[in-house]
Amino acid sequence: MRIELVKRPERSQLFAAFSPFIALGLTLIAGAIMFTVLGKNPVEALYYYFIDPLREVWSLHELAVKAAPLILIAVGLSICFLSNNWNIGAEGQFIMGAIAGSILPVMFPEFQSWIVLPLMLLMGIAGGALYGAIPAYLKVRFNTNEILTSLMLVYVAQLFLDWMVRGPWRNPEGMNFPETRTFSPSAVLPEIWSASGRANWGFVFAIVTAVALWFMLSRTLRGFEVQVLGQSPRAGKFAGFSQSRMVFFAFLVAGGLAGLAGISEVSGAIGQLRPTISPGYGFAAIIVAFLGRLNPLGIIAAGLVLALSYLGGEAAQISIGVSDKVVRAFQGMLLFFVLACDTLILYRIRFVGSSAAKTVEATQNV
Amino acid sequence: MFEGILITIATAATPLLIASVGELVVERSGVLNLGVEGMMVMGAVTGFGVALATGSPWLGVLAAIIVGALFSLLFGFLTLTLVTNQVATGLALTLLGLGLSGMLGESFVGMPGVKMDYIYIPVLTDLPFVGKLVFGQDPLFYVSLLLTAGVAYFLFRTRAGLTLRSIGDNHASAHALGIKVIAIRYLAVMFGGACAGLAGAYLSLVYTPQWIENMTAGRGWIALALVVFASWRPWRVLAGAYLFGAVSIGQLHAQALGIGVPSQLLSSLPYLATVVVLVLISRNRRLTMVNTPASLGRPFVPDR
Repeated sequence: MRIELVKRPERSQLFAAFSPFIALGLTLIAGAIMFTVLGKNPVEALYYYFIDPLREVWSLHELAVKAAPLILIAVGLSICFLSNNWNIGAEGQFIMGAIAGSILPVMFPEFQSWIVLPLMLLMGIAGGALYGAIPAYLKVRFNTNEILTSLMLVYVAQLFLDWMVRGPWRNPEGMNFPETRTFSPSAVLPEIWSASGRANWGFVFAIVTAVALWFMLSRTLRGFEVQVLGQSPRAGKFAGFSQSRMVFFAFLVAGGLAGLAGISEVSGAIGQLRPTISPGYGFAAIIVAFLGRLNPLGIIAAGLVLALSYLGGEAAQISIGVSDKVVRAFQGMLLFFVLACDTLILYRIRFVGSSAAKTVEATQNV
Repeated sequence: MFEGILITIATAATPLLIASVGELVVERSGVLNLGVEGMMVMGAVTGFGVALATGSPWLGVLAAIIVGALFSLLFGFLTLTLVTNQVATGLALTLLGLGLSGMLGESFVGMPGVKMDYIYIPVLTDLPFVGKLVFGQDPLFYVSLLLTAGVAYFLFRTRAGLTLRSIGDNHASAHALGIKVIAIRYLAVMFGGACAGLAGAYLSLVYTPQWIENMTAGRGWIALALVVFASWRPWRVLAGAYLFGAVSIGQLHAQALGIGVPSQLLSSLPYLATVVVLVLISRNRRLTMVNTPASLGRPFVPDR
């Protein structure tokens, strides 16, 4: 038996809307099989992954805490991917944003004012954007492959953070633990509604940003430019759009948003810098971007799904003893299914039986 | 001392060389598989686990090769049969590989591994200065050199190699000539997967005989960069891999000597070197234009 693709006359609206759901369904089935192999009750396991974290209010707050960085990074990445700029270094831009944003609370802890927090956020955005500008500059100026350079810079950023918190920025009163001093109250991103849980303003930033970028992509000339240059650089050139400026635009936006996510995470959820400040948000956000079909509104939903998988991983580890490592395998599978299902938007799949294939070949050989 | 350093450089370079040569064949056929890191880490965990269970590093190596090839089939099915975006699918393969290997290898953490023995040939290995370097390394070191020579010969001296390169340069014309583009690409992708698996097993059976999560530490990505650096030529991959081996061993020695530069900054040198090397190569547009397989990364749907 052979699989053949038959091009549809036009994009299937049906599958464009439903392919993420089909992918989620397939991931759940694959997950159930995986849990059965691991010797767990699959229904119980999936319950702890995807239902249990939604049952309590504090846990919904945690969902928002985890979803905020994923959404912020992923909407930035959607601009990159739509314009054919493969920025996969968001994890590094996240870290550099966190470091740049932490300059004030770590080096000038006595400087306490209402202005501290806005400055921190701006510096975080600048840090992430500047770090994202490196692969953009190298791509425009030297024609360097941005996939490889942006990824290499992730490792550099991780090592740099490790050095900062163990070396120059280590908390002088911290008993030699590798962490900076804890941020003063004026440097902490406030919680939205602290009576019921931990969710901070980072989540609000994420939603506002997603809506704003949705508007830009679907209603403005700049958004049109992003899509044209991504789908047909040649057509974009004739329209007078500049490819080089788009590379910078995409990387600066994505880097800036990753930086904002980084400083929001450190200032809101953690309260200090540590050697590890992200459970791979920068990479999981790639999955979020594709699951949301590179549409900022879809990305909000996709970010919540991935955030749920992180929470579910913790819940399942505590309740039924499944390793939290399973989550990342889950997330990887999800991206596979999403990409496979997206094929259905442009193609119909036809299964050709071996006998039929033979007849076709026989006629071709005549 | 000098011989010792050369041997450690070879040990650092060998996994890069094996993975790069495999990916070079894949890219020469016009497919860009960014999943090297994922296939490599799957090879590392499989090699470690099987060697631990059977006590034989060779069975570990064999299993790693098979798993690497099978894992790459996932990528092959999506990009070749379902014509998904190759960049995104390669990333997915890497993310899945890192996730799965972390899960599979959880019980291996902290366990002492099985180490592959070095070759020992009486008299020859005992020769002064060059004995250990030429006749006394691990067996996979020799495999990596044979592999490079074999791939160089195959690509540029055989008809099958010419066919593979023609697909990479113009899949539509190759298809029109009756060449089975998709089938050959599947084989190339599996070869790349097998090599990445072998390179991973090298890490967990020779380089550091233990299992650490994410132990490939970006080597799969460096292998991808090496292919660009080598402008898709096997012997230049060899030169590139040894250059990187020298950089990573050099920074380790610098750390040991305590030259006053923080260890983390020295550790980031191989990654920074990758960026610098990519810039130096890519700025020469003529060189890259001539050598890049023209169909690299482009989707192909045969018209029937």
